[in-house]
Amino acid sequence: MTLLEVRDATVRFGGLTALEGVSCAVERGEIFAIVGPNGAGKSTLFNLISRFYQPASGDVRFEGESILARSPSDIAALGIARTFQNIELFERSTVLQNLLIGRHTRRRASLPSQIVFAPSVRREEIAHRGAVERIIDFLDLQPHREQTIAGLPYGVRKVVEIGRALAIEPRLILLDEPASGLSVEETGDMRFWIDDIRTRLGVTVLMVEHNMSLVSAVSDRVMVLAEGRVIALGTPAEVRTDRRVVEAYLGSETPAR
Amino acid sequence: MENLQLAVSGLANGCIYGLIALGFVLIYKATEQVNFAQGDLMMLGAFIALALGNDSHIGAPFWVACAGAVLAMAALGWSLERVVLRPILGQPQIAAMILTIALGFVLRFVAGAIWGHDPLALETPIAGANFSLGGLILGADEIAAIVVTLLLTGLLFAFFSRTRLGVAMQASSQNQLAAYYMGIPVKRVHGLTWALAGATAAVAGILFASKGSIDPGTGFLGIKAFAAAVIGGFGSLPGALAGGLIVGLIEPFASRYISAGYAQIAPYAVMILVLVVRPHGIFAQVSAKKV
Repeated sequence: MTLLEVRDATVRFGGLTALEGVSCAVERGEIFAIVGPNGAGKSTLFNLISRFYQPASGDVRFEGESILARSPSDIAALGIARTFQNIELFERSTVLQNLLIGRHTRRRASLPSQIVFAPSVRREEIAHRGAVERIIDFLDLQPHREQTIAGLPYGVRKVVEIGRALAIEPRLILLDEPASGLSVEETGDMRFWIDDIRTRLGVTVLMVEHNMSLVSAVSDRVMVLAEGRVIALGTPAEVRTDRRVVEAYLGSETPAR
Repeated sequence: MENLQLAVSGLANGCIYGLIALGFVLIYKATEQVNFAQGDLMMLGAFIALALGNDSHIGAPFWVACAGAVLAMAALGWSLERVVLRPILGQPQIAAMILTIALGFVLRFVAGAIWGHDPLALETPIAGANFSLGGLILGADEIAAIVVTLLLTGLLFAFFSRTRLGVAMQASSQNQLAAYYMGIPVKRVHGLTWALAGATAAVAGILFASKGSIDPGTGFLGIKAFAAAVIGGFGSLPGALAGGLIVGLIEPFASRYISAGYAQIAPYAVMILVLVVRPHGIFAQVSAKKV
């Protein structure tokens, strides 16, 4: 069943067409990867789905409903979470506080009851803390729980950002280059986490990633973009041998003399 | 005993500086903008209370006038963010700074045009009431300033640390982009912050006007409160109050034991001293950004 559908989307910046007639459908429970050379439109597509950009034409539908009228602050409540290529965390807060902010859309108590910390608020808070602690366990973040983001190594921040996105309890998580800047070992961990996010948490994963071995290892399907268009879509094995994909990455074949 | 008497009046004044400093910190915490018109918002709040409550004007009951002034200033704060500050969101901080300085001028001239430039007094039920405690004389206005300020600071502190909206305000100040994707409507949060700062300014204005007369230049008190906010460490609510109290306490003692002229510069001398010794203020929360 389709969870997210992009229909014939075109995005233009002034005279530049960043995406042209892109369509794809992400199935529930799938790990779907978007790859492509630099400037192919991967980030544009990501930002279109996360409502940062408005398309010139086309539609984006989540669970069957168009989300074009939604703003970036609406999509968490819909069940879409995202991470960023350059990591956007609350730098002056601890890991725990960052994850707790992920619970924002799940909090229900009224303002006065929060100020006096009424019993209902207390129960709600315990539930939220429990949810966050499960994520901390899941991602092995215990050693960093109380540490401030500003002092954490890059690889840990990357994981914290995924943890914060999971704290939203999304149905769809958008990972923007989850392995960029990670060591070989950290990339290996990332591979298992991405797999676990789908298998153990049941969250559908849509990711942009350059590391082809990671993409091949975890993805069910891969979409290849080049110059704003879809040039291939299929299983990792199908895509890897596609003639147009090879051309896009390595340049067109010149006849041997 | 004389020192104690000085301390009480210093604390009462300090509370008012602290409340204006709280306004600075509120807006800074949520939007990373510095609102140099905070003192002028206080002045305007005082004038609105006066216009609503004084018999020579509308003559509404005192408490109604207070509530009216607080609501009106909250609405004004919200509108200012909406109309004046929001269009320059994302511009360099200096733009917002200059804008709020200009805003201060506008508010001062508007107040002057409506209420004139002569000092006016707010009529309050507690005017002139005194309590004597041992040899100490406590003005009801001073007690009111201290009690109201402590209550309001406590309430704001609880609001920021416990409530969903307060935490959302802090999150937006640290990273707007991330805040959006946590489901926080950042722009609406900014508007509410300004409303809160406006309401706080009105409370400070009413307390100040209960202690003496007001005129459009009263807003310059904001500069002293700015020093208080810096001393307390911009970004810390308890720090803002503490900074206000420090400035308030320095003044009467400096004027009693040094000279009235030096008392005027004492708060700024302390601010410079604090900046040299602890550049992030006494209650520093900000850490240096790594590059």
